[in-house]
Amino acid sequence: MTLTLYVPGAGVVHRLPAGVKLLALVVLAVALFALPSVTAAAAALAGVVAVGLLVARLPAAVLTRQARAVVWWLLVLLLVHAVTTDLRTGTHVALRLLTLVLAAAVVTATTRVSEMVRVVERLCAPLRLVGVRPARVGLAIAMALRFIPVLVERADRIRAAQAARGGTARGVRALRTTVAPLLVQVLQMAHDVSEALDARGADDDPPPRRRSPEVP
Amino acid sequence: MRFRRPGAAPPADDVADPARGIELRGVGHRYGERVVLDGVDLTLTERRVGVIGSNGSGKSTFARLLNGLVVPSEGRVLVDGLDTRTQVRAVRRRVGFVFQDPDAQIVHPTVAEDVAYGLENQGVPPDERAARTAEALDRYGLAGHADHPAHLLSGGQKQLLAIAGVLVMRPARVVFDEPTTLLDLVNARRVAELIAGLEQQVVVVTHQLDLLDDFDRVLVVDGGRVVEDAPPGPAVAAYRALMAVR
Ligand SMILES: Nc1ncnc2c1ncn2[C@@H]1O[C@H](COP(=O)(O)OP(=O)(O)O)[C@@H](O)[C@H]1O
Ligand SMILES: [Mg+2]
Repeated sequence: MTLTLYVPGAGVVHRLPAGVKLLALVVLAVALFALPSVTAAAAALAGVVAVGLLVARLPAAVLTRQARAVVWWLLVLLLVHAVTTDLRTGTHVALRLLTLVLAAAVVTATTRVSEMVRVVERLCAPLRLVGVRPARVGLAIAMALRFIPVLVERADRIRAAQAARGGTARGVRALRTTVAPLLVQVLQMAHDVSEALDARGADDDPPPRRRSPEVP
Repeated sequence: MRFRRPGAAPPADDVADPARGIELRGVGHRYGERVVLDGVDLTLTERRVGVIGSNGSGKSTFARLLNGLVVPSEGRVLVDGLDTRTQVRAVRRRVGFVFQDPDAQIVHPTVAEDVAYGLENQGVPPDERAARTAEALDRYGLAGHADHPAHLLSGGQKQLLAIAGVLVMRPARVVFDEPTTLLDLVNARRVAELIAGLEQQVVVVTHQLDLLDDFDRVLVVDGGRVVEDAPPGPAVAAYRALMAVR
């Protein structure tokens, strides 16, 4: 799992509204594809790294972790292109992807999930007309981010419990022996979580007027 | 989404009478065929109420009745005179609920966001929300963790976070269902001290009997019935006697 998580900070990148950062990400992506030059891609990569390390003052590990997560994928892209077209195109494609991955990491590391969720909610606002509740969409995203690590931890615990009793299943069998008990836990937890949401007023949609414009 | 007409009467909150406390009138509950609670008639006005009993005796069901998470199959539950069957939203604003497993009640990825969640539901404006969140984090020793991912907290910190997320909503009464069962001794003591310091009316389901030493009233639940209703000393003695003959 390579979720980048918020790294607290008070610099200019942190304070930029989430919407602006996401828009910048989109603009960067479009620009990278519109300007088919290796130099431009290299410059963009240098720029993103500079912004991340020097302006936002993120620890280098935030970026290296993301880079390491995609390194094999980049190598494959590079090779495939080197073989089918030429090395230059391969380099270009790989640079472009790495730049976007790191730019996304800078955005997520400097933006609270709640701010990101609010942008998504605002983008979903027109869907109100067809009965979608933007706040619900936002909550779903936040909860996915919250519970992924919880589930990974529970799965580890199940595997450890099985190993402690001599379980040495591998491959498909291991998947089955872990998934079944995990599923039971997930269903139990889903029930508990829904009660907790109720208890904290999840159904208490405040009147629209008081759902005031959010300060970014 | 519920729309309220402008000028229509506000929710019947204004008929609430805090002096009435929590009332259970002829309450019974069954899951399918299985009777889990039977013939419960009580009025809880004391500031500190404990609930003890063996596993499966019906304690959690009892606790869930108090804020309308469970609506009784028979009888009525009233909080400050509001019926949990018909005015569940108003009831839930008055009665906070803390569950045993903090992992299931933390719903946002980071600490401060999770504390703010209930306030968002209540429509508290952003500035006030931020201020109250910061105050709650400070009060429950989480100020240094505001932006930390919730899953990296220790078990004790998670339970403190879960409690902060409930108390920040300023409920007049708080129900705890085995809040210390998953905690080590040190964290259990912290949570016990936190509960002891609350101004609110508190109803605590627990297996940690020493937590009830200073309580006003303790109910012993067995087989879905309240079999003892007394100050902590006699109630705990009755519970021990009951368990000794099992
Ligand atoms: N949602 C449910 N559906 C069916 N049976 C339940 C449910 N919740 C609890 N029970 C059963 O009701 C009985 C009382 O449960 P509970 O109130 O959780 O007791 P306690 O908290 O004292 O352990 C138990 O036998 C339990 O299995
Ligand atoms: Mg229970």
